[in-house]
Amino acid sequence: MVKYFNCTGSLKATWDQVSQAFWQRYPNPYSNHVLTEDIIFREVTPDNRLLSRRLLTKISRVPRWAEKFFPSHMARKAYIIEDSVVDPQERTMVTFTWNISHARLMSVEERCVYTGSLDNSNLTEVKREAWISSNLYGFSRAVQEFGLARFKSSIVKTMKGFEYVLAKMQGETPTRTLAETATEKARETALAAKEKAKDLASQAQKKQYV
Amino acid sequence: MNSVGESCTELKREYDQCFNRWFAEKFLKGDRGDDPCTEVFKKYQTCVQKAIKEKNIPIDNVEFMGPNKEKPGS
Repeated sequence: MVKYFNCTGSLKATWDQVSQAFWQRYPNPYSNHVLTEDIIFREVTPDNRLLSRRLLTKISRVPRWAEKFFPSHMARKAYIIEDSVVDPQERTMVTFTWNISHARLMSVEERCVYTGSLDNSNLTEVKREAWISSNLYGFSRAVQEFGLARFKSSIVKTMKGFEYVLAKMQGETPTRTLAETATEKARETALAAKEKAKDLASQAQKKQYV
Repeated sequence: MNSVGESCTELKREYDQCFNRWFAEKFLKGDRGDDPCTEVFKKYQTCVQKAIKEKNIPIDNVEFMGPNKEKPGS
């Protein structure tokens, strides 16, 4: 069974600006979970479309109840592939993104289409679709629900990150407030501390049995 | 942004800079002249593909634009 989700949003920038910002998205203040980013394939087709494949390493957060399904040494890192086709003639950019690690536990596939809007050239439309599935026997429904909730909240971050990069490229001061930055930092610090505590606890537990 | 191969980050930065300029000034304008980033891209790829092998990241045989194009809902 696959859970399907779609939504539409827009960015206040021309399609040209959005397609340029797409390659300069990381890092941004909303992308602390993205650790590495690489281009691993790139080609211009004879009809002048740009094909690219990007490899990303992200920290993936799992709920407590799901932690037992992850081997502890690989628990928090996930490898993501993002393929894209940029067509400057048609003013469209299509991206397809999915995880290549932990895919049996949960697979999230996302397709985005960025189109320059016809009536307002300073607006770029983003159509987003996602397919979330799990092969975890007995738990697939719960994992899918969790995956969908996490996916939805990640969209907000993605769009905010995009807006931040666009503003920066256009030489504006990004609108993110100091309070927002502080809250986010506090959350990240708390999370890091929690992970550290967990590591220490599991080490202590191991020692007890030695 | 860092590369997955720690030693490739500097090459990646150099390539990104070259690419971003080419993308904005040539590609988007339909200019199909010589790609000035070819050399640095090759160097960067040698480095990053080696790192991917060393880390056993499973990127082989993955079809472009997704493992499965027949999707419900779309």
